[in-house]
Amino acid sequence: MSDFNKYFKMDADDDRADGFEKVTGKAKFTAEHQIPNLAYGVFVCSTIAKGTIKNLDDSLALKASGVFDVISFKNCPTIPGYNSLTADGKRNNQEWRGLKVLSDNKVRFFGQPIALIVADSFENATDAIKLVKAEYEKEDFETDFHKTRLDASKLKANGNYKRGNVAAYKTAPIFIEPEYNIPIEVHNPMEMHASIAVWDGDNKLTVYDKTQAPKRTQSAIAGAFGIPEKNVRVIVEFVGGAFGSGLRSWLNLPAACIAAKKLNRPVKVVLTRPQMFSLVGYRPQSWQKIGMGADASGKLLGISHSAISNTSRYEDFREGIVDVSRFLYACENVDTDYKVLPLDVSTPTWMRGPGEVTGCYALECALDELAYKLKMDPVELRIKNHADVNPENNLPWSTKYLKECYETGKEKIGWKNRPKIPGTLKENGMLVGYGMGSGVFGAGRNNASVRVILKADGNIILQSAVSDMGPGTTTSMTKVAAENLQMPLNKIKFQLGDTDFPPGPGQGGSSTTSSLGSAVFLVCETLKQNLKELAVQKIDSFKNLQTVDIDVKNENIFSTKDSTIKISIADLMKASEKQSIEIVKDSQGNNPQVIKYSSFSFSTHFVKVHVHPKTGAIELKHVVTTGDAGKIISENTARSQMLGGAVGGIGMALKEELKFNHQTGEIENASFGTYHVPLHTDIPPIDVWFVNKPDFIVNPIGAKGLGEIALIGFAAAVANAVFNATGKRVRDLPITPEKLGFKNA
Amino acid sequence: MQTFKVDEGRRGFLKKSSAITALYLMPSLFVKAISFDKLIPLPIAKEKLQLEINGKTYNLEVDARTSLLDLLREQIGLTGTKKGCDMGQCGACIIHVNGKRLNSCMSLAIDNNNSKIVTIEGLAKGDQLHPMQEAFIKHDGMQCGYCTSGQIMSAVACVREGQATSREKIKDYMEGNICRCGSYQNIVDAIMEVKKSGKPV
Ligand code: FES
Ligand code: FES
Repeated sequence: MSDFNKYFKMDADDDRADGFEKVTGKAKFTAEHQIPNLAYGVFVCSTIAKGTIKNLDDSLALKASGVFDVISFKNCPTIPGYNSLTADGKRNNQEWRGLKVLSDNKVRFFGQPIALIVADSFENATDAIKLVKAEYEKEDFETDFHKTRLDASKLKANGNYKRGNVAAYKTAPIFIEPEYNIPIEVHNPMEMHASIAVWDGDNKLTVYDKTQAPKRTQSAIAGAFGIPEKNVRVIVEFVGGAFGSGLRSWLNLPAACIAAKKLNRPVKVVLTRPQMFSLVGYRPQSWQKIGMGADASGKLLGISHSAISNTSRYEDFREGIVDVSRFLYACENVDTDYKVLPLDVSTPTWMRGPGEVTGCYALECALDELAYKLKMDPVELRIKNHADVNPENNLPWSTKYLKECYETGKEKIGWKNRPKIPGTLKENGMLVGYGMGSGVFGAGRNNASVRVILKADGNIILQSAVSDMGPGTTTSMTKVAAENLQMPLNKIKFQLGDTDFPPGPGQGGSSTTSSLGSAVFLVCETLKQNLKELAVQKIDSFKNLQTVDIDVKNENIFSTKDSTIKISIADLMKASEKQSIEIVKDSQGNNPQVIKYSSFSFSTHFVKVHVHPKTGAIELKHVVTTGDAGKIISENTARSQMLGGAVGGIGMALKEELKFNHQTGEIENASFGTYHVPLHTDIPPIDVWFVNKPDFIVNPIGAKGLGEIALIGFAAAVANAVFNATGKRVRDLPITPEKLGFKNA
Repeated sequence: MQTFKVDEGRRGFLKKSSAITALYLMPSLFVKAISFDKLIPLPIAKEKLQLEINGKTYNLEVDARTSLLDLLREQIGLTGTKKGCDMGQCGACIIHVNGKRLNSCMSLAIDNNNSKIVTIEGLAKGDQLHPMQEAFIKHDGMQCGYCTSGQIMSAVACVREGQATSREKIKDYMEGNICRCGSYQNIVDAIMEVKKSGKPV
């Protein structure tokens, strides 16, 4: 185990490493790269939900000012990745995942791109959209989740789990079986998804793409076009938020590449905000039922968790909605059941806390409901059923400080003021309620590679082909290196966003800091060892020293036995006539079966709400959010991530809901004016607190992840607080005055 | 010629979702659309336009349909101003025109002839950051940084217009600036600090 913690201390200067670029407008996002001779591609989208295009008339559009081409199934060049079979009839394992845009005349959902107009300007391309006329043969379609899910024949089973007795909760002295509904929620990062494709000849390609996983994008596009991976360079310097939408490539990418190749000039495709609601995934709609039973003391006797979530007709998207019920609480009898429901809509994808956000909403609300039935404090009920080991696999937790999170949350929110009987506390004429929820997410560690370059002047550059959608990877990696090398932060630069760098993991699943941080740690350790060996070889005074008796600190290499034996890194470089030292290190991921531990991050969210007794208007008054995320590398950026999770949770609990017109299959509210995200005015004071205790079993830097736990369990805390304030239980998100029974609010 | 101007407060504007929908569905201004068969694609004339942007004078030829935002980003290469919706609903594109904040996606470039424009790139004096930029760094008023230009331009206007008198007032003024990363609390902290410091903005 490492002694990283011994010399790790929070730096006073904790500013975001790329803050300067962001506040001056210098940070370059995908669509902002200035490319000579650029053409603009815009999608023409279907105006039906399902069917076949009988005729696509693009003749007028082709005559319009500035239009170079209209690409559709009529003239789309075939690319290797659009075939499901290879030339010799085998399954094509490089087949493009997802919709093969522009390649056929089928319409699978309302708003599906059916053509790409390419023109010399955005204005000319956009104006030509209405000049393309499609005639369709319509087919019947289904977009109504609630109606369709009641027909069991339409569901696809996706596996069951059980330990102990199935449906044991029904035999418990006290039990509940509530159902919960969550509508579709859409990531809607502020930067729209975009791609620019620049071909150099027939088999070399540079793409600027909004992605959380540059390496994955590289291999997807190389596979699709049948060119070697090394011939595809993906550049993504800054990502304007993504929250999961950038974990796979969407159709703007192949469309830009196809058009650029066909026209032999660079092409940029930027989605519009309305397209952001259907073309880059979303959190699927879900229905859940929790059966939960306990004895009079509150000991859980059974949990049954069922869920259905939607997918598209052309792809299966599944997530671990019910998994959390298997291990968050100690219970001998647990069974889960998960099914997906294909609808004629676009495919969902991972969105911040995928699966767990949905599952924990139901589970944490159910615990609250059970606590009232038991006349027990909901935090007490959780502590009563605290899982001391992971009950799913009986492995010990690598670290778990959830109880500390409960305690701190209670104290900071003023839990003692919580009314035991709902609807009985008033403050300035408002109904007051307190509620809480817990969150959990796997603390994974994946493979990652990092290059370190030590320059002759002693400056350090680190490189990895990852991207940063906002959490502050550049900041935290610089800090890991600075602490490891005991060097000032301003001597270290972390570079990312370019597949020419060594392969790094996708930024998702709260694992970047853990995976990449381990690689940075490892490469810095190796660099120190190299410097020690170099000193022994090249510097006379070091000649008789063992490397174990040498240390590297404050840009010096020195003997730990004799303080007079010492040389600066810059002098050592000069003496050994080196312009630079370059090292690449791979860090391996781990899994529970190998390390024999179960590793998770935990969180609690405590909220206080006011509900207007006449209108039902809900106002959050205070939020306390706590995280057990191991060692906190950068408190500044970590805190911001937790704040962001709380804001996302406020949106989920009170505002966000995608709506379809089931007559046409069209999304009704594809804009910020109609799909309501949290605004400045929705945000109460938020306190963030971290346990900040390292977990060295997960990795040598002691950090677990925190991007997901910031949101997981939050919506339940709000729902539980609203119940505490009003005595009315709303199980279907978002919670609105109407659902609380107030009319014309 | 019809123009897209947002004269009223952003808050009022956001609430008028029907007006927004109407704008979004509005057919092109330059194609005489009656029925599909009668659509005639017309060549688009460019118009002359003079602007002062961040203290520099630009003499431009601009497509009459180009928004001020696209002019900055696509034609001039000032990409610090962001496009978050192109529908006047997010605030990412806010700049200062003749001293007032404006959602640049909702204004046609040619309607701004002879205007004085300041964008995020023009806020710092050389290497010296504007106090609001410094405060955003200090309070970490950002994560991804995509909404940040608009937030800062709005925040500067908030203090200049005397609207930064309390947290609640600031939130009201800033309501049209969406931050999907959820940095709201830190942004208000930054504005409060600049206001309290009394530094000239
Ligand atoms: S881009 Fe102008 S308000 Fe969103
Ligand atoms: S910092 Fe990402 S949207 Fe505000």
